[in-house]
Amino acid sequence: MSSSNESIQKTITVALLLCLVCSVVVSASAVILRPAQAVNEQANMQMNILQAAGLYDPQQTVQEQFELVSTRLVNLETGEYVEGMDPDGYDQRKAAKDPSMNRVLSGEEDIALIKRQAKVAKIYLIESGGQIEKIILPIHGYGLWSTLYGFMALEGDANTVAGLGFYEHAETPGLGGEVDNPNWKAQWTGKQVYDGDAVALRLVKGGADRSDSYGVDGLSGATITSRGVDNLVKFWMSDAGFKPFLDNVKQGQI
Amino acid sequence: MAKSKELLFDPVVNDNPIALQVLGICSALAVTSSMSVAFVMSLAVIAVTAFSGLFVSVIRSQIPSSIRIIVQMTIIASLVIVVDQILKAFAYEISKQLSVFVGLIITNCIVMGRAEAFAMKNGPVESFIDGIGNGLGYSAILMVVGFIRELFGSGSLFGVEILTKITEGGWYYTNGMMLLPPSAFFIIGFIIWGIRAWKTSQVEVDEFKIAPNSKMKEA
Repeated sequence: MSSSNESIQKTITVALLLCLVCSVVVSASAVILRPAQAVNEQANMQMNILQAAGLYDPQQTVQEQFELVSTRLVNLETGEYVEGMDPDGYDQRKAAKDPSMNRVLSGEEDIALIKRQAKVAKIYLIESGGQIEKIILPIHGYGLWSTLYGFMALEGDANTVAGLGFYEHAETPGLGGEVDNPNWKAQWTGKQVYDGDAVALRLVKGGADRSDSYGVDGLSGATITSRGVDNLVKFWMSDAGFKPFLDNVKQGQI
Repeated sequence: MAKSKELLFDPVVNDNPIALQVLGICSALAVTSSMSVAFVMSLAVIAVTAFSGLFVSVIRSQIPSSIRIIVQMTIIASLVIVVDQILKAFAYEISKQLSVFVGLIITNCIVMGRAEAFAMKNGPVESFIDGIGNGLGYSAILMVVGFIRELFGSGSLFGVEILTKITEGGWYYTNGMMLLPPSAFFIIGFIIWGIRAWKTSQVEVDEFKIAPNSKMKEA
């Protein structure tokens, strides 16, 4: 408008004031809305857990359904429950970055390419009458572009797969992104993890034989993502992952 | 009063930001595969255009012209972040589907265009109404495109099944192309054609004459 607006002083003043006002508005909205967002994120995570176990029913609220699920912490090395820590407050992803709570994986061991692993894992159990019905385990590992985060659900025998699902990844839509395809995920249900003592569950390039109780189809056009999924399942089911815990479950020590 | 009515409804048909000004096409492709997502996106854009118009207009006499674009941009970006935060808090499922496109409202030419072309020269109330009007114009196209794409692509409207799909034992074979972004291009093209056939004043004068092909002659 007037020429007095064009001085350097005025320009800097306007810019500073504007930035100040805008930053207050933005940070205020972020702080005020944070609790509501946290509730949503938690409900979303609980829905992922239920979906991985094949229990999610859209008719009911997530909170209601999640009452069946109990959250436990497991020491991966010993395979025993950790007492004296609050499971709800524990963040496994944060712990994986904390030198006092993680374990650095050596190259040979680290087939899932995650570099650091938290010593304590947060798992979910569905029990009825003192019997474990479903065990839902958090798994993650590197695919082609991104780390895939998901859950693998096992039946109470700690060997039969009840379901698998990834809730966070950035693989190519239509190729590696097909890890979200319901038809592909449905194949996992009923497969066996261990043949004797070794992890036998695997992805088969070119398609698994239908009678093969350890094989799941690889994803066509997504060799590296398939290899990533194969490796991360192997890793988390091995001694470095949940095997000590699952062995305890099988022997009825937990 | 008559003027504010004009400001509000002119952009819907007569001066539609997508159909006449051909702005904001990219987001119209991305968010129209289902109507509920398109609807929330429309509300978000209406809110941002209206309030950015209002705030830019309020401080328009103080803005040095050398930094006016960046000032408008800062206001728009702040509003978009606030909208994004609100969506994450109250419409989490839809905000996951909209993902980056809420953030990309910042780069939507309609918002910037109205701030620069209208709000810098008019009062706050008019600018606010103009923002709502242009947001409505954008929404109108979005809803029409969303209607066609969801109905023929998924056989439903707002997620409610209208045409029973073959995969669920019905008769309707879904048109997969309708779920892909290019279909929105065709639909918007047809809408522009339709509006210009109805309101011939919108047809632009050719900038140059296309030379006739060399005519076939008898040898």
